[in-house]
Amino acid sequence: MSTETEVAPAPAPAKEPRGSGLPNWAVQGLVSLSAIVLALLVGAILIIVGDDQVQATVKYFGAAPMDTVSAALSAVGEAYKALAVGAFGSWTAISESLTQATPLICGGLAVSLAFRTGLFNIGAQGQLIMGAILAAYVGFAWHLPPVLHLIVAIVAGLIGGALWGGVVGLLKARTGAHEVIVTIMLNYVAIYLLAWLLTTSTFRRPGRTDPISPIVDANAQYPQIGGTRLHIGFFLALLAAVFVWWLLNRSTIGFELRAVGANADASRTAGMSVGRAYVIAMVVAGALAGLAGTQQVLGTDLPLTDGVAASVGFDAITVALLGRGTPLGTVLAGLLFGALNAGGLQMQLVTQTPLTLTTVLQAVIVLFVAAPALVRSIFRFLPKERGAGAVLAKGWNG
Amino acid sequence: MHLELSGLTKSFGSLVANDHIDLVIEPGEIHCLLGENGAGKSTLMNMLYGLLQPDSGEIVIDGAKVKITSPSDAIKHGIGMVHQHFMLVPVFTVAENIMLGRENTRAGGVLDRKKAHALVTELSDRYGFEVDPEALVEDIPVGVQQRVEIIKALVNDASVLILDEPTAVLTPAEIDELIGVMRQLKENGTSIVFITHKLKEVKAIADKITVIRRGKVVGQAEPSASEEELAELMVGRAVDLVVDKEPAAPKDAVLRVEGLTVIDERGFTAVDDVDLEVRAGEILAVAGVQGNGQTELAEALLGLTPIAAGKISLDGQDLTGRSTRHRLDAGIGYVPEDRWHDGFVDSFSVAENLVLDLFRKPPFGNGLALRTDEIEKNAQARVEEFDIRTQGIDLPVSSLSGGNQQKVVLARELSRPLRLLVASQPTRGVDVGSIEFLHGRIVEERDRGTAVLIVSTELDEIAALADRIAVMYRGKVVGVVPSDTPRDELGLMMAGASKTQAHHEAIEHPTTLGTI
Repeated sequence: MSTETEVAPAPAPAKEPRGSGLPNWAVQGLVSLSAIVLALLVGAILIIVGDDQVQATVKYFGAAPMDTVSAALSAVGEAYKALAVGAFGSWTAISESLTQATPLICGGLAVSLAFRTGLFNIGAQGQLIMGAILAAYVGFAWHLPPVLHLIVAIVAGLIGGALWGGVVGLLKARTGAHEVIVTIMLNYVAIYLLAWLLTTSTFRRPGRTDPISPIVDANAQYPQIGGTRLHIGFFLALLAAVFVWWLLNRSTIGFELRAVGANADASRTAGMSVGRAYVIAMVVAGALAGLAGTQQVLGTDLPLTDGVAASVGFDAITVALLGRGTPLGTVLAGLLFGALNAGGLQMQLVTQTPLTLTTVLQAVIVLFVAAPALVRSIFRFLPKERGAGAVLAKGWNG
Repeated sequence: MHLELSGLTKSFGSLVANDHIDLVIEPGEIHCLLGENGAGKSTLMNMLYGLLQPDSGEIVIDGAKVKITSPSDAIKHGIGMVHQHFMLVPVFTVAENIMLGRENTRAGGVLDRKKAHALVTELSDRYGFEVDPEALVEDIPVGVQQRVEIIKALVNDASVLILDEPTAVLTPAEIDELIGVMRQLKENGTSIVFITHKLKEVKAIADKITVIRRGKVVGQAEPSASEEELAELMVGRAVDLVVDKEPAAPKDAVLRVEGLTVIDERGFTAVDDVDLEVRAGEILAVAGVQGNGQTELAEALLGLTPIAAGKISLDGQDLTGRSTRHRLDAGIGYVPEDRWHDGFVDSFSVAENLVLDLFRKPPFGNGLALRTDEIEKNAQARVEEFDIRTQGIDLPVSSLSGGNQQKVVLARELSRPLRLLVASQPTRGVDVGSIEFLHGRIVEERDRGTAVLIVSTELDEIAALADRIAVMYRGKVVGVVPSDTPRDELGLMMAGASKTQAHHEAIEHPTTLGTI
């Protein structure tokens, strides 16, 4: 008769077999940490294989195997040391890590919020670009007093992202168009729209033939901190995380978003409008990505170029995955990725280890996080968590 | 075949689902395994069928100890299983379904359909199954589909057949046929393990009854035992099988449904020109075999499924075409038939689920902000009022037992003033103890003057709750009859007979269960 499987005696609550008293967040943290350790191990192998010294010594491996071993160890040691120094070694290094983390956090929040509503937002890149375009335009074409100019430029960026995200939500709500397809396509539209705009006289810097806009007014720039590249956009990103936390956990809208994300049928039966939730989630997510766009163009880049988004919108997906769709997790993951980016530059400079290694590290981390069973099979001590991977899987059921 | 389970134990984490279970199944006996949902019957059978491995204990077949690690092992040892949900391919014929997994080929890799056809015909004739090997599975009634499943097991030379809740999807007449089939099998020497929580069936068919409660064998009983005795064994305390209720004192009509027609996604007419009326202070129960339009009827009332024609009004207010939220606000409470599907959000906490359709309004929602303190207070009150057994209101509702989950859903719906309560399968997958409680609350709500519409496929439940019974068959209401209508009559109506037809037929051909 029953629709659920009978496994547990009825009156006792059917607790998941977890085998540990650890709360879920602690388990997730452990899995994430293990994933990072594993990624560093994989990275070490790549460093060893690619190192010239190691390759030289391996030729006489039979005669003096210890040479190869010590060469390998020193290659890994130096590379990771450079990575750490580049990320945390000095105030400048830390500020650079935070600078790199800033748009990743906002972009990550854009993806996380959509995840929690059951949407897989691949479109942070496009939303970020639209935000950057509007913010840059207000930044260099308008001339307003200090503070006000920055605020107006930021709002323009939020609107740009919100519109680009809102279209996705609307299409999903009205026609059932799958958000993954729509966001991917809108990414292309945004990328080429930006490329085209930079050829127009409105956007192209006078006297230049390459795709670059005028520099945004000083009044519209995020104030920098202590002579580094770090700007107050970073604190805005933290505020945004607090806002998303409040929205999801302490507001009626967030209750609805989470309910729709976890069980759209139950939400509909409870009188919620699933379509409305999709639109709201995508508008807010788009605005968050737009905020990341303002941080790029008003904080670090200053002129608008066709590379303004770099790969932030896509890295944001991995940040959100690593952060398990929670605001705090996303901030932590954003900081980690920012540090890896900043440290990677230093590592390339000092040890000639290619910057792409950090990309590999990031990818491997997410790979392991997305496959907790794999990590657990390597680290046997890790307890099981409930609903692992649910965040990732949810977005695909349309 | 002599089958003996001794000391079988299986635990999941800290839970012992089966605790040293001993069971002996003699050749050619029908052995009923009786227990509430969650008592551990399925766990036990899954171990026997190789789907789960016991932590300790052993399975002995004809004196030899065996280890069953997979269903194919079980089949090799002559154990067959018919699952609650059939494992058939709807677009294949009966013979093709029988072939599946053991396709015989002739020269050149051509499927040997003739052989499968002959096999089905032979078994069907031997046991009097009346199954057409060339019929498509999707075209044949559920009862026949079940026989196809049984044939599948018999083809594998099963000498012990496990039937997991086989009657859940059948009409009373089909249940009667199934009982006939089981007797046939028994005469041919097949032993049957019959899993159920329905007392009437157990008494009608069992040779021996083993009762399981909380993972332990709590006793053996003879089929001659009374229903009350069996229920007490099953639940562990005396159970009131009859709901205490005064005769209804119905007042004005609250819900009026006129000419309601629903076309489902596949283009079939699920609800066909239905007229219904539910009055304040009465319980109208909609009876019918699953899949005859009751689900769609309930969903249409809530605006969850679009309607093709008809009118729905509540207290004279036209609700046709209004949103679900509008209807909830108008005073409809709704318990959906499958709580996992749309009754609650399983990852949400008990407290959150208790305000799933109330969170917007004060005191829980204050404009944009959510009042978590009020939500907690409400949860504490509801948990106490409905005796919801949970280790904490902040635990996910998925950690609760089925009965307690259902209490959460009902508690939520009853925690606001209602004009109409629509409850589909209000006690599905719920233990007997909770059924008693849930039924009591529903009657209480009726006595408060709420109109109540119950949809149920369980005649026991219909009999316990209804003031009037509407029987649905293929989307139509074939008749509305008083609550004291005999079971056989209801059963025939559920198979499409009109009121008068059913009345005469039932007297001429009484069924086994109808006469108990």
